[in-house]
Amino acid sequence: MKLESKIPEGPLAEKWARHKFGLKLVNPANKRKYEIIVVGTGLAGASAAASLAELGYNVKAFCFQDSPRRAHSIAAQGGINAAKNYQNDGDSVYRLFYDTVKGGDYRAREANVHRLAEVSVNIIDQCVAQGVPFAREYGGLLSNRSFGGAQVSRTFYARGQTGQQLLLGAYSALSRQVATGKVKLYTRSEMLDLVVEGGKARGIITRNLVTGKIESHSGHAVLLCTGGYGNVFYLSTNAMGSNVTAAWRAHKKGALFGNPCFTQIHPTCIPVKGNYQSKLTLMSESLRNDGRVWVPKTVEMAEKVRKGQLKPSAIKEEDRDYFLERRYPSFGNLVPRDVASRNAKYVCDENRGVASTGLAVFLDFADAIKRDGKKTIEAKYGNLFEMYEKITDDNPYETPMMIYPAVHYTMGGLWVDYNLMTTVPGCYALGEANFSDHGANRLGASALMQGLADGYFVIPYTIGDYLATIGPSDKLPADHPAFKQAEAAVNDQIKHLMSLKGKKTAEEIHRELGLIMWDYCGMSRNAEGLKKAKGLIQELRKEFWSNIRITGDADELNQALELAGRVADFIELGALMVDDALNREESCGGHFREEFQTEDGEAQRDDANFAYVAAWEYKGENQPEVLHKEELVFENVKLTQRSYK
Amino acid sequence: MSWVTQTLSSSLGRKVIMSLTGLFLCSFLVVHMAGNLQLFKGDGGRAFNEYTYFMTHNPLIITVSYLLYTSIIVHASMALILTRHNQDSRPVKYAYAKPEANSPWSSRNMGVLGTVLLIFIVLHMRTFWFEMHFGSVPMAEYDGKEYKDLYTVVVAAFSQLWYVAVYVVCMIALGYHLVHGFKSGFQTLGVRHKKYTPLIEFLGTFVFAIVIPALFAVMPIYMYLKVNGII
Amino acid sequence: MKINLQVWRQKNSNTAGKMVEYKLDNISPDMSFLEMFDVLNVELMHKGEEPVAFDHDCREGICGMCSMYINGRAHGPQTGATTCQLHMRSFSDGDTIVVEPWRARAFPVIKDLVVDRTAFDRVVQAGGYVSVNTGSAPDANEIAISREIAEEAMDAAQCIGCGACVAACKNASAMLFVAAKVSHLAVLPQGKPEHLARAEKMVAQMDEEGFGACSFTGACSVECPKSISLDHIARLNREYLGAKLTSTNV
Repeated sequence: MKLESKIPEGPLAEKWARHKFGLKLVNPANKRKYEIIVVGTGLAGASAAASLAELGYNVKAFCFQDSPRRAHSIAAQGGINAAKNYQNDGDSVYRLFYDTVKGGDYRAREANVHRLAEVSVNIIDQCVAQGVPFAREYGGLLSNRSFGGAQVSRTFYARGQTGQQLLLGAYSALSRQVATGKVKLYTRSEMLDLVVEGGKARGIITRNLVTGKIESHSGHAVLLCTGGYGNVFYLSTNAMGSNVTAAWRAHKKGALFGNPCFTQIHPTCIPVKGNYQSKLTLMSESLRNDGRVWVPKTVEMAEKVRKGQLKPSAIKEEDRDYFLERRYPSFGNLVPRDVASRNAKYVCDENRGVASTGLAVFLDFADAIKRDGKKTIEAKYGNLFEMYEKITDDNPYETPMMIYPAVHYTMGGLWVDYNLMTTVPGCYALGEANFSDHGANRLGASALMQGLADGYFVIPYTIGDYLATIGPSDKLPADHPAFKQAEAAVNDQIKHLMSLKGKKTAEEIHRELGLIMWDYCGMSRNAEGLKKAKGLIQELRKEFWSNIRITGDADELNQALELAGRVADFIELGALMVDDALNREESCGGHFREEFQTEDGEAQRDDANFAYVAAWEYKGENQPEVLHKEELVFENVKLTQRSYK
Repeated sequence: MSWVTQTLSSSLGRKVIMSLTGLFLCSFLVVHMAGNLQLFKGDGGRAFNEYTYFMTHNPLIITVSYLLYTSIIVHASMALILTRHNQDSRPVKYAYAKPEANSPWSSRNMGVLGTVLLIFIVLHMRTFWFEMHFGSVPMAEYDGKEYKDLYTVVVAAFSQLWYVAVYVVCMIALGYHLVHGFKSGFQTLGVRHKKYTPLIEFLGTFVFAIVIPALFAVMPIYMYLKVNGII
Repeated sequence: MKINLQVWRQKNSNTAGKMVEYKLDNISPDMSFLEMFDVLNVELMHKGEEPVAFDHDCREGICGMCSMYINGRAHGPQTGATTCQLHMRSFSDGDTIVVEPWRARAFPVIKDLVVDRTAFDRVVQAGGYVSVNTGSAPDANEIAISREIAEEAMDAAQCIGCGACVAACKNASAMLFVAAKVSHLAVLPQGKPEHLARAEKMVAQMDEEGFGACSFTGACSVECPKSISLDHIARLNREYLGAKLTSTNV
């Protein structure tokens, strides 16, 4: 198989415009003859479904939640980047492009990232027109903030609920199309397989989560907008329902999986409290603008803090180690996420961590409060402080917050070409579900940007090219043998799972998988650990398929069954992530291989050998996956070692 | 369905009817109160009887009084319709509910309070309005003009302790009804503003829920005490 | 902590349900309320029983999926919080906790504590949007919006659509939800062109779904995880009345 990225020719800034012109168009009168299946209704899915319906296509939109509005995009707090340069501080499309490529540690495609930066400005226009209540200045114009270490203020935000407001905007556009009849909504429906026939994606198999009914849905194209797979770690900031199943089953049907090991660990999350913990809560990155990260200088002192014998406020200034400010004098607490996370891990590994578990560092606002006053801090972070107090019962105005890194985002995902099409013709992947734009590390406030860029401004153009090529008649009926076969396979798997009647719940196995992944394929990785993880995952997989227990029935709402199916896929994905992490013998972005670091402990890239996208091909049950390489060509930016010193 | 009936049969339209009739009834209370203050005059009932004469003969007042009767009937029947609809909206009740944690008692019991008031109105009208219009009320003569002497009817009614007690209880119900009803009427009409809502709440609580019901309650007590020679 | 749970169990929408009692030991006060349910469910599955079905997703108070009526209150005793943000430290050792699903005609029970809230989606589909096609928007800074208006819109827009307002209302009224949606777009210039039809259609749909009327008890706002103000209900009333009196829709 040869990977064709379809990156257009020409100068960077003209690529997208030229490409758009070169794409085939579907006659307006013919659009209504096409049916498009959109799986997932987060930012990417809802925006794509709405935009395609506006163009005249018939859309079927699926989500496993009870309403499209609940997709996990809703939880994004910080903001959305756009190269508007409203602040007159030197921002531009090129700078956003450059920052994103550099932030991704040079493992993303230049052309994709530039397109993302180009359409970022349209996203803000679109959202404002929909009624998204972005923060404003007193003069009535839009407000911006600097976010995630960016040197310019290009982040638009709506309090600490930007993702919510953007999603509600897309959801309202989607709802409007549901009202016109152009979109048919299938809520509480989970995609369990991709139907491929004659080398093209033909539709999907779903399970109605209320009745348990297995259904076939046929369409001319399938858009997977199903988010990331951070829940492979069990504990993450993802929603409990976030899963890889749709993407993974497409992978097993021929869609290559790109850079699976690229995971983002977010530095500012509320630390784990106990083994009952079900999820981790992110505290917005914006907190690092004013909060100072530190741990006690000595192990003895940290020990006392952990035991509750020493209050953090009682620790003298000279006994504190503001480790980010110390190691990175120019960026300080605002270093990128991967760097901040890794350093927190280091100090905890040195046994200087705080909290009873020793797995936390302080994020201290005492200086900021002293400098700006409690009122200013409250206006900026009031709702975050409140959220923190609700969860931990600690008041961050009085005692420093405690934070620890947690899995937050997955840069890897289904491999797509410049048109967002996977290696299965007619099957597309949008948003976090694809691998495309963030390289090895995503910058803050860029996830929302990418989801909406893909849905509002990329797929409406690129899908037409495929549809015009195949023509309206190239669609299978939903009772075609290909569908029946896929339905049967899905039914068999469910039956098999229900029949196992073992001793462990899917949740318990999921926790075990999460621990393996976190310990060996988490913030830092090494060959030995990864090899060990491989074995452990294989064992776990065996145990899963022999010892799982699901009570209840398959033909009704059964959340244990839903979870079991997802965990089964997470286990297989976990194995691939480990393979990918083993293969990538360099450190870049969120992927840190301990064997490959500079003398002072920074990530050491190997551009000569690893400036490629690793795209993995499924070869069948228990067969090793085959690696395909898409070489990354950098014509515009010079590859340098990231330095935040 | 025309837009008018459609509007008035929507849940918001029905509330508007409740609000308009309710607020109109509130305005009537003020007039009624002003008239009844004549009872305190101590002139043997002359001012009061002249006032009742005016109220039953002035064409404008007569017209308004029909509006008043209609309002009472509409307010009560609409309340019945709404209450049934509201109850239907939750066919299975909670096994354990703790509404006192989130809302004042009066706001949740407007139907009960309203029923008490409706019974009161029937009783009140039977005693006075019916007697005045259809009963045999003795006549009094002031300056050569004949007046129905409703005052003696009032005296007779309020000389009975149970009757006074019923009045006082009903006026307490009125207070609770209005402490929620008055401001709620404005809310339904969308009249809510940082500057003016506090005034509405003050009027609703102080004037309509305390002063007016208190004065109405004092009347029978005063009459009872006076007739029975206690004061 | 030891906890006595009384939980509503109902097989599906067609069968009757009942309260079932469960006893839990070893509950940590730091657990969230839903994590306590996770513990219960693992225990139940180990015993071969069916776990309690309940809706949940983000577990950080924003998706609006969780929906439990706990000890007589929507989302439990804490105000300004969802069920997933409630922690066991809000209860005492040995407490009995009664957990029921949202109860409303418009929110039929699907199973155990899971209810169907698609009525909310249909209300939004009736008009909770600005009709603007992708790509046709003018520059974002073309229309200045005062900070006050933007904040007011955001106050309404932050509704998470959980349905606690309906659950808490003695009439199972959806007024706070609908008001938040209408109000958010009514105050913004972008929402103005369609504001008459929006109010009319959304209220009509709200009525059709079988929600009750507003008695202005204020319970909705108290129990709302985002503490959305009753001001928005007044604005909805104003919008609706204004629309009915002035729109050309006869």
